[in-house]
Formats: sequence, structure tokens, C-alpha cells
Amino acid sequence: MASLDARPAVGGVAPGLGSVPFILALIVAAAAIFGAGKLIGNSYAFFAGYVVVQYIVLGTAWNILGGYTGYVNFGVTAFFAIGAYSTVVLYKLVPALPLPLMIVVGGVMAGLVGLGTGYLTLRLRGVYFSIATLALAVVVQTLITNWDFVGGARGAYVLRPRNSPILGGEYMQYLFMVMLGLAVVVLATARAIERSTLGYGFAAIRDDEAAAEASGVPTLKLKLIATTLSGGFMGMAGAPLPYYVTYLDPSSGFSLNYAVNAIAMPLIGGTGSWLGPVVGAILVGGLQEYIRVTISSAINVLVVGVLMVGFVIAAPQGIVGLFQRKR
Amino acid sequence: MDVSLDLLINAIVSGLLLGGFYAAVSIGVAISFGMLDIVNIAHPAFILLGSYVAYIGNTYFGIDPILAAVILLPAFYALGMAVYQVYHVAFERRDDQSLRGLSFFFGLLFISEVSLVLAFGVDYRSVQAPYIGPSLDLLVIQLPWRLLVPFLVAMAMVVGLQIFLSRSFIGRAIQAVAQDQLALRLMAASPVRIKRIAFGLSFATAALAGAVLIIIQPVEPSIGREYIGRIFAICVLGGLGSFGGMVIAAMTLGIVENLTSTFFGPSWAPAVSFGVLLITLAVRPSGILGR
Repeated sequence: MASLDARPAVGGVAPGLGSVPFILALIVAAAAIFGAGKLIGNSYAFFAGYVVVQYIVLGTAWNILGGYTGYVNFGVTAFFAIGAYSTVVLYKLVPALPLPLMIVVGGVMAGLVGLGTGYLTLRLRGVYFSIATLALAVVVQTLITNWDFVGGARGAYVLRPRNSPILGGEYMQYLFMVMLGLAVVVLATARAIERSTLGYGFAAIRDDEAAAEASGVPTLKLKLIATTLSGGFMGMAGAPLPYYVTYLDPSSGFSLNYAVNAIAMPLIGGTGSWLGPVVGAILVGGLQEYIRVTISSAINVLVVGVLMVGFVIAAPQGIVGLFQRKR
Repeated sequence: MDVSLDLLINAIVSGLLLGGFYAAVSIGVAISFGMLDIVNIAHPAFILLGSYVAYIGNTYFGIDPILAAVILLPAFYALGMAVYQVYHVAFERRDDQSLRGLSFFFGLLFISEVSLVLAFGVDYRSVQAPYIGPSLDLLVIQLPWRLLVPFLVAMAMVVGLQIFLSRSFIGRAIQAVAQDQLALRLMAASPVRIKRIAFGLSFATAALAGAVLIIIQPVEPSIGREYIGRIFAICVLGGLGSFGGMVIAAMTLGIVENLTSTFFGPSWAPAVSFGVLLITLAVRPSGILGR
């Protein structure tokens, strides 16, 4: 499995850009995308773009645990919704708090839940962790549904400010910009992990956990780091959601679509490197948006499920893997 | 809160019946996860498929929901064998069960749920049968037939499968596949064939479990997700590969859930199974009767 992945050999020089130029390139790309959006000047472009970038963040966050260590987190909605609902709580308590701070709080909350779940289940076989995360999504939804302060089953309204606090324009543009910034942070982190000893540790766990443990890799510690980071980033991706939808209720915040998309996109794009989730999110997110507008929104989620099953059966290395094999 | 003895007894008894039903829901996973080591998280989705089969048979053809499920048992068995074949070729043989194999079942779960939404919408559906409504009164205890019938069906299923697994050659081979595949091959039985049969059986139980599910409560396509936590909590608590442990675990969970919804409100019940699952995994991952 490792031989097919886009992973530099241990001790070898990693190909491509160094970390600082890579981050600069990401920032330039993000700025260019934002500038292009401004030029189009259509608010639909920002609404649609936000969803795709949100899935880049969500998919990359899932991939840090799923793709790098091989542990499958099905509870994406739990972490995502913890981020979203911590924003709802903060909105009710301190409405003046700037959005980036809310994102940090949401990320910390989700990261802590990830750490706790991981601590209780990661000492066992990987499937138990996956099952626990599936159940976690149900239990967090139960808690939120029973919590009147955040609206309970009725849901909560969040007023979206009219104007962006910086650079002018509508608030939606600000949300898009914040999400782009988050994508830069997450992608830079993911790529830095791939090239660090942390990444080699993760890969060792994925390929043969027993051998890794025997060679002195602190597997539990590394798995907990991955779970916390991954959960935290998912929470961050969810934190701006209340401002995007303006009305959040448990059944939409915990929609299975988020989990399926976040898992399908890295699997379709390729789980070996940071590029896979990006490719997957852009292709699948774009396709979904296209189908949603032209055919129907029920079909578009079905397409993602079918694509995911098709890819795991026929192209286990994803789109990125297909291109690497041909090279 | 005023806790009357009658209320407590009734909650415990109906919890026992509910637990019997949970055993019917979990037995398929007890086979696939416990004996074949295939983590079929899509099982609840196929149970719902069984519910809708019972619904169609009952609403459009006027037959008993359980009978409708029995008629379609062979179809579910065949579907299960087909799914196992794909799983074996694409994941088991490549030794890629954990990441992509799990995602495969997750995808199936999602596809099945969305297809049901497209076909039937998100409205709750229910069935008609003479035993839905009346209850059997024993002194202070009320036994609603709509819980009693699923309980009996579940127990019949557990006992029948237990006898099949311990008496027949194929049944013993299924138990052997969990322990030593090489030895099985030396006995001139193909592990893949045996696993295919066992997985087909586990799917067939989903048809019956679905029929009893729609007798107990009205169903809508996303309801299956609530059962994932329950099913795996029961299988892990019961110890993998043991039907006896599974039944005890199912009844324990049924009682605890029923007491929770009686005294704290039904909206808290789904959290119980997760608590049980986490505590079991943290304290005793081999289950109460684990090996």
C-alpha cells in the first residue's frame, strides 16, 4: 500500500516546494480565487464557493486521521456540529466576538471531544473507534436536541450581519474569505505533517501498527494527536456554518450529507497526500452543485454515495493515484 | 418524581420485550462482525429495507408484515451473498478491510437510505396487523402484543440460528471460519463459500428484523442510524461471537433504555446505547461473556 502512495521515502529529500514557499503559494491561490469571486461579483458564486472550500477543509481534516493513519472517523457530523453549535452559544452570550475567535473556540471544543473519544477507544482495534464515532454522532445530536439554550429541536436563528467587516461587500464575501483562510491553514498543516516525523509515524501506524509499536513508535500518542487535530479542524469548518445558513436545527446540522461528503471526497481524490481531498472536494463539490441546480438535490447526494462506493472498489488510490500510476 | 412500583415493573417488563426485539436487530451483526469479522455498519440500512418490504406487502397486498418478510428471505439471502462477493474481491483479498472496506459499507448505508427517501419520502410509514393495538394483561403488568410478537419472532430466530450453527455441518463450518480458516480448508470446505453463506444468512435476518421493527414503531428512512449505536453496543457488550451474551446484552440495553425514557423522557434514550458502548470499550472490551 505504501509503495503506491505519494509519500517520500523516509530520510529522503521530499520533492516539491519547501514549507514557506508552499504556504505563500496557497495564500496567493486563495487571494486569486477571492479576487476572481469579487470580479464575478455574483453572490451565488460566493455561496457555492463557500460550500466547496468548506469541503476542502472538512475532507482534509478527515484525511489527517483517515488517510494518514488509516483510522476511519464516521462521526464527522458530530465534530462539525460541535463547531457550529459552539458558535451559536457564543453568538447568544457574546455576539460581538469576531468570527475568527469563534472558529478557534469551536475548533478547541471539537478537538477535545476528539481527544476524549480517541482516548477511550483507540487502544483497541481500529473498528471500535469507527463504531464509537458513528454512535458519537447520534449522541451529540441527542444532547443538542435536548439543550433548550441552543434552540433544542426547534433550532436557532443567527442574524448574519449585512456587511463584511473588512474589504467591503456583503458579509457572505467575508465568510468565503474566512473559509479560504481556514483552508490555507489546514492544507499547510496537512502538508507539514506529511513531511515531518509525525507523518512518518502516522504512515507506520497505517501500514503496520504492530510493527510500528514494536519499533518504538508511540502509536497511542500519535493517534491521539491525529484525532485531536482532525476533530479540531472539522469543528473549525463547522463554526461559520450558523452565519452561512442563518437558521440551524439539529436535523440539518447533523445531516449525514456532511459525513458522506467529507469521507467520499478524500477517497475519490486520493487519501495518500494533501492534494487528494482538494481534488475530490473541487470535483465532487462542483459536480454536486451542478446536479443540485440542474436536476435535484436528492439525486446529488445519491451520486456522491455511488461515486464513493465505485471508487473504493475500482480505484482505491483515488484520482491522484490514477495519475501517479500512469507516470 | 413519584416512582410507583407498577410503573417500574412495567418499564422493566417492556424493556425485556424491547430487548428481545433488539436481539433480532443485532443477530445479523453478531454473525457478520462476531463470526466473520466483517464490520457491516450498513446492516441497519438493510433492516430498514426489510421494513419497507413488509410495508409494501402489507399495504398493497394485504399480507401480514412478518409473512411478507419471510417470503422475501431468499431475496435478502441472495443480496447478502452478492454484497459479500463484492466485499471479498475488492477488500478482503486486497487486505484493505479497515479504511476502504468500512467506507464501502458506509457508502451502502447512505445509498440505501437516500434511495428509500427517493422512493418513499421522509414520511413515517406503518403497517396494519391484528396484534397491533391490544395487549395482554397479567395483574399489574401490561404486555402489548405489538412488543410480544416481535419478542417471540426474535427468540425463534435466535434459537433457530443457534441450533443451525451448532448442529449442521455448514453451521459448524461458520463457527470454524471465525477460529481457523486454514483448518477449515483442510476439512475440504472453502472459507470464502462458508463466509458467503453466513453473510447471506446475516442479511436474511435483516428482512425479519425489519418486519418486526415496523410492527414496533413507524419507520422513516433515516431511523436506521439510531440502531447503529444500539446494535454495536449490544454486540460488543455481549462479547463477539456469542448469541447468549448478545441476548443478555440486548435485554440489558432494552431495560436501561426503557427506564431512561420512562424517567427522563424518550428523547434521551438514544444516548444510552452510546454510553453503554463507550463504558464497555473502556472497561471490558471483550464483553460480559467474552472469550
